[in-house]
Amino acid sequence: MAIATPANAAAEANRRRYEALRAAGQGATLAALPPKTAPGSAPIPPQCVIAEDEVPGGWYQTMRLGRGEVLRLIDVTGTATPALIAWREDDPSERMNLADTVKVQWTAALQRGHVVLSDMGRVMLSVVEDTCGAHDALVGGSVAFGEPPLPRNTRANFIAAVGKLGLDRRDIPAALSLFAPINVGADGHFTWRDGAKAKGDFVDLRAEMTLLLAISNCPHPFQPVAPDAARPLKFVRYRAQDYGGDDPCRRTGAEIGRAFAFTNRLFA
Amino acid sequence: MSRRDPQLAIYDQVIAAGQPWSRVAKCGQVLRIVDSEGQQAVDALFYCADDVAERYSAQDTLRQQRNAYIGLGTRLMSSEGRAMLTVIGDSCGRHDTSAGCCSCESNAVRFGEPTKYQHACRENFLLELAKHGMGKRDIVANVNFFMNVPIDPVGHFTVVDGISQPGGYVELRAEMDVLCVLSNCPQINNPCNGFNPTPIRVLIWGS
Repeated sequence: MAIATPANAAAEANRRRYEALRAAGQGATLAALPPKTAPGSAPIPPQCVIAEDEVPGGWYQTMRLGRGEVLRLIDVTGTATPALIAWREDDPSERMNLADTVKVQWTAALQRGHVVLSDMGRVMLSVVEDTCGAHDALVGGSVAFGEPPLPRNTRANFIAAVGKLGLDRRDIPAALSLFAPINVGADGHFTWRDGAKAKGDFVDLRAEMTLLLAISNCPHPFQPVAPDAARPLKFVRYRAQDYGGDDPCRRTGAEIGRAFAFTNRLFA
Repeated sequence: MSRRDPQLAIYDQVIAAGQPWSRVAKCGQVLRIVDSEGQQAVDALFYCADDVAERYSAQDTLRQQRNAYIGLGTRLMSSEGRAMLTVIGDSCGRHDTSAGCCSCESNAVRFGEPTKYQHACRENFLLELAKHGMGKRDIVANVNFFMNVPIDPVGHFTVVDGISQPGGYVELRAEMDVLCVLSNCPQINNPCNGFNPTPIRVLIWGS
């Protein structure tokens, strides 16, 4: 029988707090997430558009996304699986941290209403719109070993991209793959979930601090049939709309409330 | 049980609760990490000793084995797609590489601001990497030996009670000269250390 000591009491208090956070994170918080964005909805007011562009299949792009700007990525053909990395412009040693992102939000299934966290406990991106709801925060993009499906691959693209941002390969963290429906079986085996992608799917990522982004438009390594290299990925960069008191990314639990508060201190 | 005799190890060191450690394992050498008292997470980063810009890549490791967990037979891959180490012994059965290391900053987000001033794995990594000319940008997604993080089919991602027993171990054969950097995890806010960090032991055998 365990002896009640101050140390045991502190451990028990920590365990109770953890279980309470877990219950909220995988219960009430998930239930409060907004629904997926309906296909064809959420039009961007023309006066809010800053720039439009596209990246050919197999290629990459780097960009600056200002705080309060949104990047809409559009999977025109229903076959794109872009991989994305974000750094804070003011100090690129602060970068996207997918481990903290999934750990803090209690889920690897990122969707509308979730956020992408930096390694410094701050919010980099908010998923304000999302018609797909199936993204890969675990496996990442294609790489330089095995049979390359294209002349280019995501690893090579990111090495080139960080060069153009004044960074180098030590600055490449784990990448987020969008429109990439992977499932984890009970034994840990990854499977690709068919039917979870559609033509015209889009995801809108709002910058909560000014960011540098690298986006590689290559097939996901688990995609059953790699699309050919000619499939472009469309972008629209626009000024964020005001969701008023019903921001889709401000409905989640205490953890994300703190992450937003810590982020806002950068701009206080 | 592993056949390797501790008496024949060329290196044998206890790492106190909450402390960092680093050493180069030469190609062919075997590194054993022992969870001496059970349920103790050990955060690990690996760098190619000849070029530290080539380092452990969790995503390449998961992709290459098409499985979310690390166990017997897993090849720990580098950012350049090369095998760095192979798991050749494992009494535990499942290790994590998706949950990252704890930090003061993520603790503050998860558990409230007072926990910001508790020791964390990233503090250990910063101090240990500084000995090798590296810093925060070199801290990539790490391995968490003996840490139990099931990911269920709907995506729930949860650090739960460890399944490693007292004296449990993992053995890694270096496939190149590898700088191994460990943090004996000091976390007290989640179950990864049974809410009570304990010592571990590291042994190395020659090739």
